[in-house]
Formats: sequence, C-alpha cells, structure tokens
Amino acid sequence: MPMDLTTDEQALLESDNPAVRKSMELLVRLGDIYGAEEFVEIGSAQASGISYKSIGDPGVEFLEGFAAEGAEVQVQTFANPAGMDIDRWEEMGVDPEFAKQQRRIVGALREMGVTVSFTCTPYLAGNLPGPNEHIAWAESSAVSFANSVVGARTNREGGPSALAAAITGRTPKYGLHLAENRVPTHRIDVDVELQNQADFAALGSWAGRIVEDGRPYFAGVDGATTDELKALGAAMAATGAVAMHFVGGVTTDEEPPTDLETLEFGSAELEAEYGELNSTEDTDLIVFGCPHASVDEIGQVADRLDGESLDRDLWVCASGAVKSQADRMGYTETIEDAGGMVLSDTCNVVAPIEEMGYESTATDSAKAAAYLPGFGEQDVHFDDKLSLLEEAIE
Amino acid sequence: MSETVEGRTIAEGVAEGEVLVSPEPISFYGAVDTDTGEFIEADHHLTGETIAGKVLVFPKGKGSTVGSYVIYGLAQEGTGPAAIINHETETIVATGAILGEVPCVDGIEDAVERFEDGDRVRVDATEGTVTLLADD
Repeated sequence: MPMDLTTDEQALLESDNPAVRKSMELLVRLGDIYGAEEFVEIGSAQASGISYKSIGDPGVEFLEGFAAEGAEVQVQTFANPAGMDIDRWEEMGVDPEFAKQQRRIVGALREMGVTVSFTCTPYLAGNLPGPNEHIAWAESSAVSFANSVVGARTNREGGPSALAAAITGRTPKYGLHLAENRVPTHRIDVDVELQNQADFAALGSWAGRIVEDGRPYFAGVDGATTDELKALGAAMAATGAVAMHFVGGVTTDEEPPTDLETLEFGSAELEAEYGELNSTEDTDLIVFGCPHASVDEIGQVADRLDGESLDRDLWVCASGAVKSQADRMGYTETIEDAGGMVLSDTCNVVAPIEEMGYESTATDSAKAAAYLPGFGEQDVHFDDKLSLLEEAIE
Repeated sequence: MSETVEGRTIAEGVAEGEVLVSPEPISFYGAVDTDTGEFIEADHHLTGETIAGKVLVFPKGKGSTVGSYVIYGLAQEGTGPAAIINHETETIVATGAILGEVPCVDGIEDAVERFEDGDRVRVDATEGTVTLLADD
C-alpha cells in the first residue's frame, strides 16, 4: 500500500525546489518501506552527522549541495555536536584544515536555517518538545530522552532523514509515532542500588546489548535524576538501538504487560559491566559530558576541583547554552584553573581525539566507552566522575 | 543450479559480488574506516575484514544515527559494500543505502545462515531478489 498523500504533500513531491523534491522522495520511500499510511506534521527536528570527522568530504559536499539547491528548514531544527569548539578549536589542538572543513558545514547549516546549537542535548538548550508532539530527531540519545522522559514521539532518524523531515515539515507516520508501538518489549528487574550516573550508564550499556532494538521496562529503580536518565538512554542507544525505555515509578506509573521476557540485573551484572567497559587504568585525558553535561554536572566537577590541580587533561563538554550558565556561575573558571577545559559545541566522540596525541581516555559515559575504542582509537577507563577526578588530582 | 530468494526492496539497483556475513548487528559509525572500507570496531565478528565491494549480509543495524552518512560516504568514496542484505533494515541503514544508491534488500529472515562468506550472489534490489550464483 503506497502512502496516502495530501494535495500539499503531492505538491512537495513535485516541487520546483530540488532539495524539497529529494527530501520528499526519501521520506515517501521510507514511509512505503515501513508501512506508513500517511505523513504527520512535526514540531521540531534535530539533525545529526554534523562533525566533519563523522561525515567527511562526502558529507560536506552533500550539505553544501543541499543548501545550494534551496533547502530551508520549516520547523525549529537543532544541530548535533560539531568536531570542535567553534570558537576555541585552536586551543583544543584541532588541525586548521579540519577547522576549515568544519566551518563549511556550519555555513551550509546556517544557510538552511538550522539553529547552530551543536548539542546532543537539545532539551537542555532550548528545544524541548511537548508530550505526544511528533518530532524528527536524529541523535540516538536525544531520541531516547524525547520518547522516554518527555513523552514526545520520534523514530530514530538517520541524519539525512531528519534533515528531510525538517525541510518538508513532516515525517512518515510509523513506528514510535503510533501509540500501539510505544509499549515495553522486555522487563529488567534491577536488584542493585544504582549509586551514581555511571551505574545508570552501565545498566544501559548492559541492557542495550541484550535487548538490541527492544523497549525495556526497568523495575526496581528507586528514582532517577534527569542526568541519570540521560546516561541510561544514551548507553542503550550506543550498545543497542533502543529508542524508548520505561523506568517504573519514574517515567511511567503504568504497569508493564505480564508476559514480557524478564532479565535480572544485580550486583554481579553491574560489576561485570564495569569490567566490560574498562580496558585500561592509566589515562591521559578525562572526558565528561557525553551526552552533553547539564549545568548541575559542571557544578559537581567544579566543586571537586576547587583549588586543586589536575595531573592530566580534562574536557567537560556541553552545549553553548549550558556553558554560558557555567561561565556565569564561575564553574568554568574553577575547572580551568585546575587545568581542565569546558568546551562547547563538541565532544570526545566526534572530535578528532586520536589526532591530538591522546591514547587513552577516562569517562563516566558508557556511550563514550562504547565508541572511543573504534572511533577514537582510545583505551578506556570507565568510572563515576568523583572517582575519576580523585585519581587525577595531584 | 542457481537458487533465488525473494525479499523486499529497500534501495533499488543491481549488483553482483562476494558475500561477507556478520551474524551480529552493525553500527557503521565508528566501525568502518571510510578511506579503506576496513572494519575497525574491536571485538566484532567483522574486525579486520574489509567490506569494500562485498555483498554485506547482516541481521540489522544498531548504534548511532550518523550511520546513514557513513554508508553514503563509503559509497561516494568507492569503499562501500556492493549491496546489502538484511533480515530487517532499520531507518538508519535504509536512508544511507537510498542516498548512497547501494542496492539493499531485506525480509530474508535466514540470510546470515543461508549465505556464507565467499558465496557469489546477484542482488536485484529493484526486484527484491537475491540469486546464489553457481561456482564456475
């Protein structure tokens, strides 16, 4: 059954603007593949594949070509992190050639009307959807947060399909846009106390590997902060393809179906997962803010580092919006006085970390721990923030 | 004798090539070197293999949504797979295959058992078929 198009949608498909036409062709194709009967209008979009490191020259040319053809976003569209702090790339040690290509990407995005927010946590930086709002977001951890914590509705879009949705203002209605699909597929009984954000990340890392693209319901979690939920979702979207999860008593009060496959996560699993995520004890860089840090997280780091001095480099990554609050609170100065950096726009996964002389990275992010070995050629030390800082204070 | 199985068209096109099977899902982002097509993710079934020019058979995609651009980039660089066969293609891989014009078929439920490394196959993604070619 091909999709049912309205007169307006048919007109987009036949538009004189090649970018609009190509966007609509891609979306109709995806809608047909996934059995969508119709389109749904979206409230916002989020484009991924923004770092030059991730998309390379083919990506730069694709985005510039798209902008030149007349691509213009119709809804508020935020951009995922770039491969460098747009203002402080030299200080970061980024190669000028890399910076030049990254700036071409920034230019193409601006030309299309994309807000150059450069963050994986749009919901902390001024793009917060409403419950049940249809959106087309493309960063895997943001997708998970939007579906699971906010209650908005988005599929895991590929970078280009989210951009196509932004340009046409709509997305095919299938998958998680439909209420009947927004239900748990697995139950995970958590019978260990999760002490910090890293424990939530480890639970997510373990769960993602097992449930793959399922939608787990966690029972037995006593409560979770926004930052802990952010870490949980991000990890599951990295080791698996989880786009939505449920935390009983926290994100939902509904009881899960009784016939779900049930898994146990106890202290043995937690300990084993820490083992899984660790490949070294000895690191030359610490990275926090994957996904991008909240102002509260930056504050925790600043409190611990007040008057101290670090024996290795530290990056705390955040959106520009959050960093400006950290600047005003004096957190940035405290962290930088101790020898760290608070970076905006970028992160350890999408920056060319292996070309900056780093070989091993410490992080409290299971998502970073999953990607760094392959993508950044790094050995990884995974633990909670305070333990990692403890090890690095002179 | 050649045998043909039917699947579903994800991205149109026709290609012939040698099969490379991954029994586990693939995240293209961070896993494949776009300059060479070499699979660099550690501890994966495909670690150290090259996917360039191969008919890549895997159950489904996983991981980052940037995978679409990686598949597109591989195709532009000429280091991508000749074709993709999945049990179920999710949006990320589908978008990359459509943009990169990599013939892609899904709905072949037992693909990772049915095909073996080194098999020569013809993928007619426009028709949604995969044909095992007899050894010459």
